[in-house]
Formats: sequence, C-alpha cells, structure tokens
Amino acid sequence: MDCIGLCKLIFDAGVRNQELARFIGSLIGVLLVSGVPLLTVIVLIWVERKVAARIQDRIAPNRVGPFGLLQTFADLAKLLIKEDITPTAADRILYNAAPIVSFASVVAIWAVIPFMFANNPEGAIVGVDLDIGVLYFVAVASLGTLAIMTAGWASNNKYALLGAFRVVALLVSYEIPLVFALIIPVMFAGSMSLVDIVEAQSHMWFIFMAPVAALLFFTSSQAETGRAPFDLIEAESELVAGFNIEYSGMKFGMFFAAEFLHVFTNGILMAILFMGGYLGLFYQAIPPLGFLWLGLKGAVVYFVFLWLRNTVPRLRIDQVMGFNWFFLVPVSIINVILTSLILKLMQVSGFAPTNFATSNLGEMLPLTIVMLLKDVVIIAFILGRLGQEGRRARIEEQRANEALTAAAVGD
Amino acid sequence: MIPLWLYLVMAAALFSIGTFGMLARRNGVAVLMSVELMLNAVNINLVAFWRYTNPTEINGMAFAAFVIVIAAAEAAVGLAIIITVYRNRHSVIPEEASTLKG
Amino acid sequence: MGDASLSLILAFIIFTILTLGGALGVVMNRNLFRGTIWLMVSLFGAAGHFVLLSAPFLAAVQVLVYIGAIAILFTFAVMLTRSLTQISDRFTRLWWNVGGAGILFVVLVGTVILPVWGGFTPSNDILFANVADTTQLGIALVDRGSETTQGFVLPFELASLLLTAAMIGAIVIARDADDDEKGKRS
Repeated sequence: MDCIGLCKLIFDAGVRNQELARFIGSLIGVLLVSGVPLLTVIVLIWVERKVAARIQDRIAPNRVGPFGLLQTFADLAKLLIKEDITPTAADRILYNAAPIVSFASVVAIWAVIPFMFANNPEGAIVGVDLDIGVLYFVAVASLGTLAIMTAGWASNNKYALLGAFRVVALLVSYEIPLVFALIIPVMFAGSMSLVDIVEAQSHMWFIFMAPVAALLFFTSSQAETGRAPFDLIEAESELVAGFNIEYSGMKFGMFFAAEFLHVFTNGILMAILFMGGYLGLFYQAIPPLGFLWLGLKGAVVYFVFLWLRNTVPRLRIDQVMGFNWFFLVPVSIINVILTSLILKLMQVSGFAPTNFATSNLGEMLPLTIVMLLKDVVIIAFILGRLGQEGRRARIEEQRANEALTAAAVGD
Repeated sequence: MIPLWLYLVMAAALFSIGTFGMLARRNGVAVLMSVELMLNAVNINLVAFWRYTNPTEINGMAFAAFVIVIAAAEAAVGLAIIITVYRNRHSVIPEEASTLKG
Repeated sequence: MGDASLSLILAFIIFTILTLGGALGVVMNRNLFRGTIWLMVSLFGAAGHFVLLSAPFLAAVQVLVYIGAIAILFTFAVMLTRSLTQISDRFTRLWWNVGGAGILFVVLVGTVILPVWGGFTPSNDILFANVADTTQLGIALVDRGSETTQGFVLPFELASLLLTAAMIGAIVIARDADDDEKGKRS
C-alpha cells in the first residue's frame, strides 16, 4: 500500500518515516470526516425547529441572530451551564458512557459515506471504502441500541427501564425490514461498497427501479431513529422522556443531537443508496458540485422525514409491532424474492446489463420498466388487502352499532 | 505480521476463562455468557488458522460464520429455558434445579 | 510487510486487552448487568481481531449479530430473572475451578500450541495472498461445490432450518400459559 493523498502531503512536508506519515494522515482524515457530521448537527437543530414550527403554524425562535440561526449556540450554552445531576443509586460509569456511545455510533456511520467524485483508486472522496459498507452501516447502527439499553438501566429508574425495554424491542424488530430493503441496491450494484452502489446508479437511479424498497428503507429508518409515527420512545407528551428521564444538561444534549444526526444520516444514506448520491450535472468536472448534489438530495429526504414527523399521529407499541411483523417483513421478503428472480432472469437472457455502471440508459430501460411493473403489482396487492381489511372492519363496526341500537330500543 | 502462536495463545486464554466461568458461576445466565466466550475463542482460532494457512479458500470464514449462527440459535433457546425455569422455580442457580436427582 | 508494523502491534495489544479484560469481567463480576456490558466489550475485541485477520465480513457480522442481538438478549434475560435475594457466593468451589482452568490453559499452550505452531512463519505467498473476500463467500454459500471449490449450500440450508426451529422453540418454551388465553380472546 503506497503513500498517496494525505499521506503523501505529510511525507513531503518533512515526516520522512512512511509509517508515521500514514498514521498521521489517517488521523487527520478521521478529523476531517468526523468534522462534517459535527458541523452538520449545528445546522440541523435550527432546521428541525424551523420546519416543525412552520408546519405547526408558528414562528420558531428568531431572536438570537438573523432568523434565529445562532439559537443552537444559545441552547448549547444553556445545556453546558446546567447542573449535572446524577441519580444517587445510578451506575455512574454506564450512566455517563451511554450518551457518548450513542453519539459515537452515529458519527461512525460517516466513515463510509462517499462525499464526491475523485480520481483516486477508490473512485470517490470517502473515509474508507469498505468492501462491506452497507453491512458496516447496519452493524454500527445496532450499537446505538445498546447505548439506549444501558441508559435505561443505568438511570436506576423503573420508568426509564420500561422505556428502554420498549425501545430496544422496537429497534431490534425494525432492523429486519431495513436489512431486507438494503439488499436490493446491493443486488443491483453487485457489491456492498457504497462507492460501487453510487457508481452503479450512473444511468438510472435505484429509486426508479425499486420504489418499494426505497419506501421500506424510508419507513424502517424512520422507526430506527425513533421518529414519529414511531416515537413512543420519547413520547414527549406521555412518558415524560422515556429512557432519558434522568438525563439533564449536556448528556441529554448528546442524546438529542445524536437523534437528529441519525435522522440526517439516514437521509444521506437514502440519497446514496437510492437517489444516486453525488451524481448529478457536472459531478465529474467539478467534484464539489457532487457534494452539493448529495447535500441537496439528503436535505430533501430529511425534509420529508421532518414533514412526516410533524404531521402523523403516534402509534401504540402493539400497533408498531403488528405493523412490522405482519406487514413490513412479509412485504420486504416478497420484494427481495421477486427482485432477485426478475433481475437474474433478465440478466441471464440478456435483456439487462450485468454491470450497471458501464452500461447506458437504453440498456437499463427494459429492466426499469419490468421492476416498476413488479412494484405496481406489489402495491396493488397491498392496497387490495388493505381495502379488504377496511371493509371488514367497517362491517363489524356497523354490526356492533346495530346490536347496540337494537339493545337500546328493545329495552 | 503477528506470529500465529500469539493468536492461538490468546484464544486458549479466552477459552480457559470461559471454561472457568462455565464451571464456577452460580447463575445460569452467567454460565451461558461464559459459553459464548468459549465459542468466540473457537472462532478466533478458526479465523487465525484460516488466514495463516489457506487464505485463498473460503472454508475458514464460512466455518466461522456457521459457528456464529449456531451460537445465536443456542443462546436463544438456552435463555428461553432459563426464563421458564425462573418463572416456575424462582431461581436461576443451576445447582438448585435438582428435583430429578437421586 | 514481512514483520509487524508498530500500528499492527498496537492494534493487536488493544484488542487483546479488550477481549481478555472483557472476558475476566464477565466471569468475575458481581452485578450481572455489568457482566453483559463486559461481554459486549469482549465481543467487540474479538471483532477487532477478525479485522486484523483480514475477515472484515466476519467482524461486521460479529458486531451485528453477537453484540446487536445476542448480547441484548442476554440483557433482557438478566432483567427478567433478577432474584429477590442477593446471591451471596458467586462461585462454586472457586479454587478447584481456577486450578482446573489454569491447568487447561497450560496444557493447551504447552503441549499443543507452542510445540506445533511455535516456530511457524507463513510463507510469502500466504502473507501477501489474495485473501478470499465476501463475494467468494456469497458464491460459496449457494454453490454445490466441485472438485476444486467447496460448496456450502447444504450447511447453509441446514443452518436456516436450525435457526427457524430455534426461533419457534424459544418462543414456545418461553410463552406464558396466560399468553395463550389472551391470544385466544383477541
């Protein structure tokens, strides 16, 4: 592995030991890559409050700085100077470690996100182009689950523990449709590396080829981060604050920031996996334009996340579990089976290219149309079943009403 | 590269610690946790041998992946049994589940 | 890259400390919940070792399955089986078992590992080999195999059957008798 990029810069600057240059280069790379999410959090908090406020027909904080842009810093200052309360019988080390692990697990996802096109061996500016990028993302996201469990236990509070139980059950259950939805872009690109997935969308975005998979990923990641309609995790108006009841000050701030960053990271990942990542006009000629495209697409998905959060009512825990096990998991499994069948058949018979990155739009069209047809069939089937269920529920309700009125009249 | 015997010694140490935990702990869940440690030691052994003797074939990695799968299945069933025993006898100490003795 | 670079040695030491320290924590702690946390630490160390051994897929699967699912299962079990009285002694026949485990370790190292593999140095074409990667694993798992390559489709199918059976079995075993009544009513 020879010394290129950052390592070469440091080597030329005077550090003659190649080993040391590589080490320092990777450290600086880590700082740069983790700086992006940390800076993004500051903007995200403002965006979240503004959008939520406008949807709720009110004006968000707009006194600190122009349009309230510096509100985040005011909040940060407030959280930092708050008294740091630790419950007496709480497990001190675990109590303090949980928010750190929660935040770290989200920032660690950014190590595999490709930012823009580059003429280096990896093909893009990316922290590390892991062969198993998609699997790494799911694995690291599951570390956040254990942070929440630890937080619930270490607070030494019955309600925090109950909240943590429900949260962990929710998060572990929704990983299944998430992974099944992630298999579809991996199948199309033939590789789990995120850079390969972006390159494979050069001629047709995956969201046009697999809208059901995109919707599944969208829904599962909405549940994975604990956003409405699945936000019984916090249930701000009911359970006080769920597993983070006992957290105050900066520790609560870290959970808070970790959740917002997680939602935005999921938006960016959806943009990369389904909407082409940094691909767009002139992304090869002017690489920073690719970064802009990625940010725009991620922001659009993030806006839809926020829109959904502020509009839809909250589901109960049994409704959430029923939705997952009786709807999302069967649909995702059927989707994977049908997609793999159609893809393989079309690739073997020559109607679809085997390497998506090097084909062209004309070759991709037949595959796109067949995949869209398959998705339309799936959606029609789902809607048909939903219609049946709705009709049955309505008939039962009518019968119950008639029984009631008959009983009332007959008395 | 790290010499092979260092990996093997480390895996042996992990296995011994797991054996001690399995034999000595009085709590059923702790016994299962020690069994997981032993399975991990075996996995490290497998992957180390695979890497140092035959890395171009996939056998070692596949074997280790199947060990992980079986460990998952065994942990699930074992914990279900422990929970049921606890529900009926209010104790998770393996030594106390001795009604069939004698 | 014939001998170990400094960062490789450092990484090996850190991961070994995580693995063995976590294992000692699992085996010796008084508080079972802390024990599950130590288990997660130990499993994370093992995942690190898999990365050092050029098996990143296994490392990711270890974190996802072992830490993200099995360790959390252990946490639930710990919370559901908390005994009302504090168990006074953690170990049965402590020193016999320590001695037994110690003898096991010494026997393993002294008679099996060091004599057979002590002076083993891998040849250059193993050190710099094209390590089999995830694509090959995926192909092998659905391949029936031939004389040159090995196919793992049969173990794969059996493993899925085993997992299904284990899942159904665990649910049936841990099901409360009252749950059946509630299930019939709704």
